[in-house]
Amino acid sequence: MLLRAFLALVLALTALPALGAEVRLTVERKDVTVTGRSVSAITFNGQLPGPTLRFREGEDVTIHVTNKLDEDTSVHWHGLLLPGMMDGVPGLNGYPGIKPGETFTYRFKVRQAGTYWYHSHSGAQEQAGMYGALILDPRESEVVKTEREHIIVLSDFSEEDPDEILRNLKNDHSYYNRGRRTIGDFFRDARRNGLGATMRDRLEWGEMRMDPTDMADVSGYTFLVNGQSPTGNWTGLFRADERVRLRFINASAMSYFDVRIPGLKMIVVQADGQDVEPVPVDEFRIAVAETYDVVVTPREDKAYTIFAEPIDRSGYARATLAPREGMTADVPPMRPRTTLTMADMGMAHGGHGGHGAPAEPAQSQGHGGHGDHEAAPPVPAQSQAHGGHSDHDAPAAAREGPPRGWADAATPAGMRALKYSDLRSLTPQKDLREPTQEIVVRLGGSMERYVWTLNGAKAEHASPIELKYGERVKITFVNETMMAHPMHLHGMFVQLINGQPGERLPNKHIVSVAPGQSYSALLTADEPGEWAFHCHLLYHMAAGMMTKVVVARMSAEAK
Amino acid sequence: MIRAGSALLAVLASSGVALGAGAHSKDDPMHEPMIFWGAGAEVDGTDAGWLSDNDGTLVTWDAYGWVGGDDVKVRFEAEGESHDGDVEESELRGFVSWNIAEFWDFQAGARYDFEPEGLWWAAAGFHGMATYFFETDALVFVSENGDAQLRLEQSIDFAVTQDLFLEPHVEVNAFAEDVPELGVGAGVSDVEIGLQLRYEFSRKFAPYLDLVYERAVGETAGIARAAGDDVEQTTLRIGLRVRL
Repeated sequence: MLLRAFLALVLALTALPALGAEVRLTVERKDVTVTGRSVSAITFNGQLPGPTLRFREGEDVTIHVTNKLDEDTSVHWHGLLLPGMMDGVPGLNGYPGIKPGETFTYRFKVRQAGTYWYHSHSGAQEQAGMYGALILDPRESEVVKTEREHIIVLSDFSEEDPDEILRNLKNDHSYYNRGRRTIGDFFRDARRNGLGATMRDRLEWGEMRMDPTDMADVSGYTFLVNGQSPTGNWTGLFRADERVRLRFINASAMSYFDVRIPGLKMIVVQADGQDVEPVPVDEFRIAVAETYDVVVTPREDKAYTIFAEPIDRSGYARATLAPREGMTADVPPMRPRTTLTMADMGMAHGGHGGHGAPAEPAQSQGHGGHGDHEAAPPVPAQSQAHGGHSDHDAPAAAREGPPRGWADAATPAGMRALKYSDLRSLTPQKDLREPTQEIVVRLGGSMERYVWTLNGAKAEHASPIELKYGERVKITFVNETMMAHPMHLHGMFVQLINGQPGERLPNKHIVSVAPGQSYSALLTADEPGEWAFHCHLLYHMAAGMMTKVVVARMSAEAK
Repeated sequence: MIRAGSALLAVLASSGVALGAGAHSKDDPMHEPMIFWGAGAEVDGTDAGWLSDNDGTLVTWDAYGWVGGDDVKVRFEAEGESHDGDVEESELRGFVSWNIAEFWDFQAGARYDFEPEGLWWAAAGFHGMATYFFETDALVFVSENGDAQLRLEQSIDFAVTQDLFLEPHVEVNAFAEDVPELGVGAGVSDVEIGLQLRYEFSRKFAPYLDLVYERAVGETAGIARAAGDDVEQTTLRIGLRVRL
């Protein structure tokens, strides 16, 4: 009894957010037992996830990070606007990383509000446990008032050494694929679709030497909420009729999640830390490194399950919202795992009508859109972004058979999933200039080799993207692979062209580009420095999918 | 013998330059290429009497190891066969392997036969995956005596379940001319067809059963018959695949 009280006290103390403008973080190895087995993790202050850091907009922040590892480390403040040196990417802006035994002191002014996170930017340390929530309170009060809030840090925890995971993938790209099509699947498909069609399907994939069941690259994960496994069942409390803000952060290395809370409507109020006009949804897909704030209002004095299943359905993360500790709600059955289609390869053949499957929408959508008038021509690639069902394949009501295509989350009829096109910035965008140039970024790679590229080059061969300070540009991502890539630009937000008017385009630090699709975003290059620009799937970045954007003040123009 | 051996060393040394330049660095993914490695082996055994009139215990092995980056690797391969404890065939191959296309490596190096007799070969060819997922090795060897050999190997995996795999595999050898010392004639010399059923406890530890049919053909079969040897053999092998 005494022990439990003591433990509760310790928990309460460690759960307290670090207040104030000066914080100390220690990076150290620590054995954790989230899965029941003891695993050596790399932690901040011995915690997994790291302590929640909480600052206020306008505050001057000092963060001392001490490295107690026997290897270099670094900390990156994901989504924050700050001087390049403080962004924490070794090799950029003269930031050297943090050597073993050394302390690096980050100093910056908080220039924004919202839900963000922080993580290592060295090797694969992030996978080993180096991540935590970073909450920035607005100078005034939140636009959306809530009585209570909880932070929901989703992550994928592996018992394997992260470097070993990458080595395994280099040896055998399907090392972690536990959903391969079997001989039995062949006969099942032949019964359903006919022998000829099934043969043609198998031959098409064989011709490309691609695997339509390749969804997530890495499996064997235990999916965590705030460091707790599904059996650990992290629980957040509420009182009936309270409005509760849930700050979802996907701190996974490799896992996209489809998130829902059966019985509760979620109102999305923030994406990537930036306020958006409220969107009521039943579920949303959260890309790696994205954040979404949602507001729920549980009316009943009962427990609700927060359920987040990765798109390869290799498990699930689960937590509980409850009026009291110890309560649980039913855990819903997992949805079926989808299979990729030829459309996910950017190929229109294969007989699914309606799929835009743009081979080169980058060129065709032109420059006309955004500005002070109604933006964005109806580009199918953008309007169908995220969250499954919706604009393609069979309408949800007519759903039968297994889900097909990357975006298909098997959302039941009548349920609404968030789409990128739903996101409208709450505050009007200020820079409505036409872009002066379009920068095409081809997302490529070879699954077979486990090599990933931007514009055909691995990081060590990549040529930087050079922008003039103050320049307004359009970045067009052309995904030539059959995986989604959550593309992350450091140091600046982009405005995702999602079909909304120019002044309502949402700010994003992650643009998740679906397989075979093309999305465009606008960028005002108003932060000088060298900014990392990469796929946020950890092993894609490690395997080469990274470059830098250099924003330079031209001395002649600056004056 | 010295000639082929020093050629291999020279190639390995030159690739060592590329390897040495790319030490694994966690600090600067933007500039440093990374070095990886892999290794694996299949070892199996059988009683030759199970499916034929032959007798004796047959053990075969097939192993590989590599180290390198995405563009250049050094790769070693060993394979052989013993009969009642006597090693009858054993060879070691060493290559530098260059990534020349998404699914293909070009390999150049050397091979040394320990058995049936000590013999150096220069070796070159392709290693990769052909359309429809056929793992493929196509190698040409030229011995220190000037004899040329061609070897083709292909295999493909079918998933029965997520743990159980069926792997048909085939190997064909051919020679440019008669090589009496090796008991082979010009043309296709032998063909091996097998069907492996493998249970993967993990990707790294997988016991298997392998039903293998081997046959000498053409002039080589004639030479074997003249010597009173069998020209074909069917075996059911029990083995273990280990990968690191």
